[in-house]
Amino acid sequence: MTVLTMAKALNDGLRAAMERDPKVLVMGEDVGKLGGVFRVTDGLQKDFGEQRVLDTPLAESGIIGTAVGLAIRGFRPVCEIQFDGFVFPGFDQIVSQLAKLHFRSQGKVRMPVVVRIPFGGGIGAVEHHSESPESLFAHVAGLKVVACSNPADAYWMIQQAIDCDDPVIFFEPKRRYWEKAEVDLDAAPPPLFASRVARAGSTLTLAGYGPVLRTCLEAATAAEADGHDIEVIDLRALSPLDLGPVIESVRRTGRLVVVSEAPSEASVTAEVAARVQEQCFHSLEAPVIRVTGFDTPYPPSKCEEDYLPDLDRVLDAVDRSLAW
Amino acid sequence: MSDPHDWAPSVPAVPDKRPSREHVLAALKATDEGDPNLVQLLTPEGERVSDPRFDHFAGDVDSAALQELYRDMVLVRRFDREANALQRQGQLGIWVPLLGQEAAQIGAGRAMQPQDMVFPSYREHGVAWTRGIDPTELLGIFRGTDHGGWDPLATRFHLYTIVIGNQCLNATGYAMGQRFEGRVGNAVGAGDDGSMNEATVCFFGDGATSQGDVHEGFVWAAVYDAPVVFYCQNNQWAISEPTERQSRVPLYKRAAGYGFPGVRVDGNDVLACLAVTRWALEECRTGNGPVLVEAFTYRMDAHTTSDDPSRYRLADELELWKLKDPIERVRVNLVREHAVGQEFFADVQAESDALAARFREHCLQMPPPAPDRMFANVYAEGSPTIDAQRAEYLAYLESFEPEGSLAGAGGEGV
Repeated sequence: MTVLTMAKALNDGLRAAMERDPKVLVMGEDVGKLGGVFRVTDGLQKDFGEQRVLDTPLAESGIIGTAVGLAIRGFRPVCEIQFDGFVFPGFDQIVSQLAKLHFRSQGKVRMPVVVRIPFGGGIGAVEHHSESPESLFAHVAGLKVVACSNPADAYWMIQQAIDCDDPVIFFEPKRRYWEKAEVDLDAAPPPLFASRVARAGSTLTLAGYGPVLRTCLEAATAAEADGHDIEVIDLRALSPLDLGPVIESVRRTGRLVVVSEAPSEASVTAEVAARVQEQCFHSLEAPVIRVTGFDTPYPPSKCEEDYLPDLDRVLDAVDRSLAW
Repeated sequence: MSDPHDWAPSVPAVPDKRPSREHVLAALKATDEGDPNLVQLLTPEGERVSDPRFDHFAGDVDSAALQELYRDMVLVRRFDREANALQRQGQLGIWVPLLGQEAAQIGAGRAMQPQDMVFPSYREHGVAWTRGIDPTELLGIFRGTDHGGWDPLATRFHLYTIVIGNQCLNATGYAMGQRFEGRVGNAVGAGDDGSMNEATVCFFGDGATSQGDVHEGFVWAAVYDAPVVFYCQNNQWAISEPTERQSRVPLYKRAAGYGFPGVRVDGNDVLACLAVTRWALEECRTGNGPVLVEAFTYRMDAHTTSDDPSRYRLADELELWKLKDPIERVRVNLVREHAVGQEFFADVQAESDALAARFREHCLQMPPPAPDRMFANVYAEGSPTIDAQRAEYLAYLESFEPEGSLAGAGGEGV
């Protein structure tokens, strides 16, 4: 066991992938000498050189568009988008080329590209630095979308994403970068596109991903005092969703609360709610309740505590579900 | 690398800070009539003229080679016209004509080596031809049976890119990879075939030059010394918008701002396009890339079969460009300077008619894709969501057809 922050776990995972395969490249703005604004790529350029860790021009479409070309050539680029709100100049290349080339070429061209995006709020940042755009990507056929929530997952999931022959949009909860946890570097990791029961329970199912997973676990602990035995599921894979464990859980508990920082309309949480009602209709004791950010632009940071689903809002939803 | 000031041709004096509309138009529309910055080796009248910079790159083109270029252009034009007719007869949903751009495409295409990579836009049927892609393989896109039937890796001809300008970044990334793999600037010794050095050619049009991806492609290619030839076919029209709606300066001059050479070539002169592209590829393969080539040509037909050019341009303009036809000038040259007889032209004509017949026959017999075609190859590693949707949809179809299975292509690989 090693104790790592999520940022260091990602760094170690990237390093391991680069050591295994010389075709793995890291590219993005300030990822080289600076080591990335969150230091996730710290030291990689020093050890792997400027041709494998590219400080790119400041152009997100360029980062994705050239990564597509490099992938056609046989490389496995790992792109860093500096902040969630800066991905949109690259959105065209992601949707029009990265997501579709395997399909368009009838399987002849593979796109083993990872796009890392630090996401979510809670760091007191200015505009465009706190967004949760994952649903936009989950909606795009041809992309796979995952979010890590803890250092151990970060370490393994980044390596699995790099190994994947499909494009993976990899969301990293930036307000959790510096939280530490034990990582077993020798354990066999669970599959990348699988959700995971983070805490077993029997009275209610609480599902979330990324930054709110910790909030969910804290809510389960708090509810324990009231005699509620809550099961917490880390969704991890947002596209394709792995709802098997959720459905199995809801069939036992009859109650589901889904938590996310993203706005609720047409979102990952909406998809979870829709599918659970399709597949657990006869088991549900209460409507599926969602606790999310609001359908507003991300607010000025002095308002973000009201915007972000916190412990109280999650517990309130738990209470409402149990009281139904 | 040469001094950037050498690349910039003399700019006419501009009285005000802002060039006048006439000034802009004169520079944009500079043609083969006396523009010293336009590379030309074969005049519209079919006369071979000298260009001290580029003669060398066409020095090996003898009568037989010129006949081959002529044949290429005639065959490509013939199947292009056949496709247009097939669309009019309802056999294709749409066609993107290349009429008038045969020289720009055949010249560039025949300049390439097998190891070079091509990123086309969607009008590059002539370039596809030079990469050994059978014209019938283009039909699926326009009949709606696939998004490109050829293997982009085996043919080194990427799929058509329809989002304007996207391919300039993809080409630049590919070319960066060529450089990262050490396939640029290697010494070519006696006995070497030169295939250890590679380059990439990216095709796009005058309209695309306004796209951010083209700008970013230029920036990235420049800062990574990527071996990519940016080959802009300026056919004067982006659907209804003339070049002056895209630029205040001639397009090739933009290269200087990015720090690499830009050359304008007579895009209706197959010999000049061949020579200039060979030069540009050699620059790239030896490590002096990127290079911008502006092939100054004309879209003689509509943007697509859905377009109506009579709403935005005068028929006179087309008549003017017909005098600069890319094929006719080669025919005249072959007759006058190489004494090529009528038999050759008759043979090429017969061959083109046979190609068109085969092309048409193939089109009429293309089977519709299986209903589950859409579920295949969305992902390399499969997706349970798509597997479930496929199974559900096939079961739905089976509910109407209890006797036969409609399942065709396989599902997602796992």
